[in-house]
Amino acid sequence: MTGDVHSTMSLPDERPPSSVVGPLAWIRANLFNTWFNGLLTILIVWLLFQMIPPFVSWAFIKAQGFGATPQECRAPGAGACWAFVGEKLRFILFGTYPYAEQWRPLAVIMLVILLLAASCDRRFWRPWFPLVWLVGLAVVGVLMWGGVFGLTYVENSYWGGLPLTIILSVIGLAVAFPVSILLALGRRSDMPAIRALSVAYIELIRGVPLISLLFMASVMFPLFLPTGVSIDKLLRAQIAFIMFAAAYMAEAIRGGLQAIPKGQYEAADGLGLSYWQKMGKIILPQAIAISIPPLVNTFISFFKDTSLVIIIGLYDLLGTAKASLTDPAWRGFYREAYLFIGLIYWAFCFFMSKYSQRLERDLNRSRRR
Amino acid sequence: MTATQTTAQPHAYAEGEDIIQCIGVHKWYGEFHVLKDINLSVRRGERIVICGPSGSGKSTLIRCLNRLEEHQKGRIVIDGIELTGNLKNIELVRREVGMVFQHFNLFPHLTVLENCTLAPIWVRKKPKAEAEEMAMTYLTRVQIAEQAKKYPGQLSGGQQQRVAIARSLCMNPKIMLFDEPTSALDPEMVKEVLDVMISLAESGMTMLCVTHEMGFAKSVADRVIFMDRGEIVEQNTPDEFFSNPRSDRTRLFLSQILNH
Repeated sequence: MTGDVHSTMSLPDERPPSSVVGPLAWIRANLFNTWFNGLLTILIVWLLFQMIPPFVSWAFIKAQGFGATPQECRAPGAGACWAFVGEKLRFILFGTYPYAEQWRPLAVIMLVILLLAASCDRRFWRPWFPLVWLVGLAVVGVLMWGGVFGLTYVENSYWGGLPLTIILSVIGLAVAFPVSILLALGRRSDMPAIRALSVAYIELIRGVPLISLLFMASVMFPLFLPTGVSIDKLLRAQIAFIMFAAAYMAEAIRGGLQAIPKGQYEAADGLGLSYWQKMGKIILPQAIAISIPPLVNTFISFFKDTSLVIIIGLYDLLGTAKASLTDPAWRGFYREAYLFIGLIYWAFCFFMSKYSQRLERDLNRSRRR
Repeated sequence: MTATQTTAQPHAYAEGEDIIQCIGVHKWYGEFHVLKDINLSVRRGERIVICGPSGSGKSTLIRCLNRLEEHQKGRIVIDGIELTGNLKNIELVRREVGMVFQHFNLFPHLTVLENCTLAPIWVRKKPKAEAEEMAMTYLTRVQIAEQAKKYPGQLSGGQQQRVAIARSLCMNPKIMLFDEPTSALDPEMVKEVLDVMISLAESGMTMLCVTHEMGFAKSVADRVIFMDRGEIVEQNTPDEFFSNPRSDRTRLFLSQILNH
């Protein structure tokens, strides 16, 4: 270091003055930099002080244990009744699925979560991975329906709770995704007929509330079918979801497509790539990477929108939670019920959001300037 | 490639054989008449520089040659294949015609090597190993082999343009089109790209370059074409073109770009 040109010729580094570093400086710069922000900070601290201690007291300190009876929970001054969640846990998670067979939907949940976790790892992004998913979904079907390998048959009208939510959203989004890519490409196609069809489909579906689509699927569909032929209620809801999700995701992807410079198309054309090669190798990989934030936004909102199936008589997670509240012995513990399923929904959505942030960062790393 | 390095011998290939023929080509953008009655024949191995003021239609002309733009009247025949609405023909022509763009247009999500191997693998159906070997040969030739694993965004403009040239060469094209290849580059990077183009010209490649680099035109071109307002105003050997321009428009253009 002694012979270093820089150490002999340049001024030594000094620490910045204490007024710009350290916690006090941070507080001043971020919380009290203007009189208005100072006021807001004080107001927010006061509000938090009003809200957090009562919640903690209700949820933890005064809460009744998992062994508590409804009577104990109803005692004056009692806090949250987690015994309710404990008592109804299996009903909320699995609905009316036969009690003795509920290990099957549990296995399904774990299998799907495992598959999703594997899908998040880019080492598994290989051409054969969709096959793994197909096998996985077949196993899901076998476990849920049964009727083979000595499993008792369970009609899908008994399915409910978390497996239903997961099946509806995972299959819905997985099928809707490729459909949405085709729709987005169709909307930007040079062929007028294909473009018009895509635009008409997207605008029609986007212009209709999901609830009405579900109603149509459950009430109007059967009217168009010949007598004797009936499509299962769950399948109808699933189709309605796929149709709806595809239209929204198509618009997210179209946004990405529009952001790709014209030069990329020209370079691909100039090299002699065919339309599908150009789209599959050059345009879509870039467009979808750009579309991740709006796509995940759609994923998250559709995961939660599956709760709308309650209106056509399917019991997803929200439906089973609501149904569990109708037990006369345990009536009134709705706060605990909604808090519990809220946490489950939040865990899934938070994971999606976090993963998408990581994916975005990874995909952008290769394109860093 | 070294075998064909017969410097400045334009007729080293089968004489009189036209690889590009434009006969009475017209093009309109809406009402605007961009190309007016273009008649142009290019022999195999010929090096042509197209110059002219901006908006004269020179980029449009070479973009018509691989059908990035559609002409509305007249005939364009590339190596015996006429460019019409026939998609099969268009794809055939594009395989044989490489194009280098002003803004490089590398694929940012692929590495330099992947940029070069993509079309040979998918269009020429070459095995991956063979495509990579060939890509490395061309990347070495444009002196950028050591950057093969990097992404385009990590390279300078001059490096990117050299990769773009290598990417086109990997398709073994019969014709190379250059659309203002040095116009978007910082001045200190122009030379490295021109050097690559000069070595390519020396190897006997049929080249059409839209460029303002008159030094390149003087030293490399067999023929200089001057375009103005959608017409070919004048074409001649570089010596004649620069020392003895025939039309007033050419003289005006040359005085503007040479005396500044």
